[in-house]
Amino acid sequence: MNDTPSECPNFTYLQDAWIRFNKNRIALICLYILIFICLMAITVPMVSQYSYSAIHLELKNQPPSWKFWFGTDDLGRDIFCRVWWGARVSLMIGFIAALIDAVIGVVWGATAAYFGDWIDEIMMRISDILYTIPLLLTVILLTVFMGSGLKTILISLAINGWINMGRITRAQILQIKQSDYITAAKAVGASTGRIIFRHLIPNALGPILATATLTIPSAIFTEAFLSFLGLGLQAPLASWGIMINDGISAMEFYPWRLFFPSALITLTMLSFNLIGNALRDALDPRLRS
Amino acid sequence: MDERITPEVLKTLYSYYGLDQPLWVQYIKYLKGFLTMDFGRSMIYSGRPVYQLIADGFPVSARLGLQALCLSIPSGIILGTWAALKRSRWQDNAAMVVSTLGVSVPNFVVASLLQYFVALQLHLLPVARWGSFSHTILPTLALAALPTAFISRLTRSNMVEVLQQDYIRTAMAKGLPLFRIAIVHGLRNALLPVISYIGPVTAQILTGSFVIERVFAIPGLGEWLVISINNRDYPVILGITIFYSSLLLISIFLADIAYSLLDPRIRAAHRRHQHE
Repeated sequence: MNDTPSECPNFTYLQDAWIRFNKNRIALICLYILIFICLMAITVPMVSQYSYSAIHLELKNQPPSWKFWFGTDDLGRDIFCRVWWGARVSLMIGFIAALIDAVIGVVWGATAAYFGDWIDEIMMRISDILYTIPLLLTVILLTVFMGSGLKTILISLAINGWINMGRITRAQILQIKQSDYITAAKAVGASTGRIIFRHLIPNALGPILATATLTIPSAIFTEAFLSFLGLGLQAPLASWGIMINDGISAMEFYPWRLFFPSALITLTMLSFNLIGNALRDALDPRLRS
Repeated sequence: MDERITPEVLKTLYSYYGLDQPLWVQYIKYLKGFLTMDFGRSMIYSGRPVYQLIADGFPVSARLGLQALCLSIPSGIILGTWAALKRSRWQDNAAMVVSTLGVSVPNFVVASLLQYFVALQLHLLPVARWGSFSHTILPTLALAALPTAFISRLTRSNMVEVLQQDYIRTAMAKGLPLFRIAIVHGLRNALLPVISYIGPVTAQILTGSFVIERVFAIPGLGEWLVISINNRDYPVILGITIFYSSLLLISIFLADIAYSLLDPRIRAAHRRHQHE
């Protein structure tokens, strides 16, 4: 691909990145796996004849069969159905957390880097202070006020999850800010907002996108980790963390209760991580041929 | 408030925990307590002081954490260097698949799978609990998985960058053996960012240990923290959190010092900064 300066540089850059992403077989397979998981998470809870919470004690701890594809748990609930309810929770947390982090982090980092000087200093110190608050502590304190649940997890993730994104954006923008075309834009009298949103952020997009993609698996892990410890979603809601915690206590006799949620969370996190890495490589202008 | 508690009992309880004093007095008393490692008493375990819980739990967690660090740092560095030297060949891909797996599989899944296959199916090691060295093997492996993966990725990416430097080309041109170039010239420079990661990794190992200690029923500090959270035992939660945070700060600080001692460029930059 040879792009001439007269073409829209954004378009060719993304197109080029997409071509390189497509060359990465593993990342493409991961993308298909994730699309499949998303579709299943949307459709299965809608069409399944089983409910995630209804208790059927006469059907408890059934091994996987044609009737219950992934078996049932100790309360006779269909694990296939529960696993996809859990997928809804995990994917939702992953995407929302990534979106919140991206919006706050990018705006914060870009503003700090653009204005520089004492504004940068103050903004970065504020984020340094926020960064020291341990996640578990936020979760505990918020649980006292709001009870445990999705909202609590999302807010605690949002409190300092964006700081990494803010730092990466800031570092990128600091670098780009010194380019000639920014000076040129200033010289022709472009407004501050226009320079930030039209020139700086689009050109810093590569690392931002890659970081956002890598935020998703870590948010999914955090939800599962909290639910696993009993601080996240509460029964009878289905979450991979809750199901794995239940499964561990029964793994000697009913291993499928542990196996299916573990396999799904691993597959999901693995896919997001591989896609994030592939995106980072594909969007890195230094590797551009 | 429960009606079965008589006012006298309530008053005694209030004065025992210092709750009858104004907030700021309580706060100053609490802050003074920190200086002497006195975090108050547990509200659930009939007045056991918090420092006692920390003194009981920390050696267990520290042993587990140190074992995991001793395992993960060398193996991560070796795996990463190897992958960088065999860049884009199957060894590189294999090492990166292993490390991506290590980052992607949640530690409680690693722990429970180890428990299931090694302990329950093969009967090689004890399933859980704390006691002999054999009890520590599975939790150490589960705890070491994530840092090993992280360190190997970090080492690989730094090593790949360092191997493209001019001084490596010079060393190649002199005809030095590749192994010597990688170890003496490459690794020394590639390891600098790894060292700065070892500070936070200590924290990661400690936070990871909440889950690992829970899965393996190990009476460490992480298990105490989880128990105290579920009991809403605030003095214990606060005490352990502050203990963890101080540990984290100290380890990051030490890593920073080590970094500047090892990298003359940072010292030079610092000196320039002072002169300005």
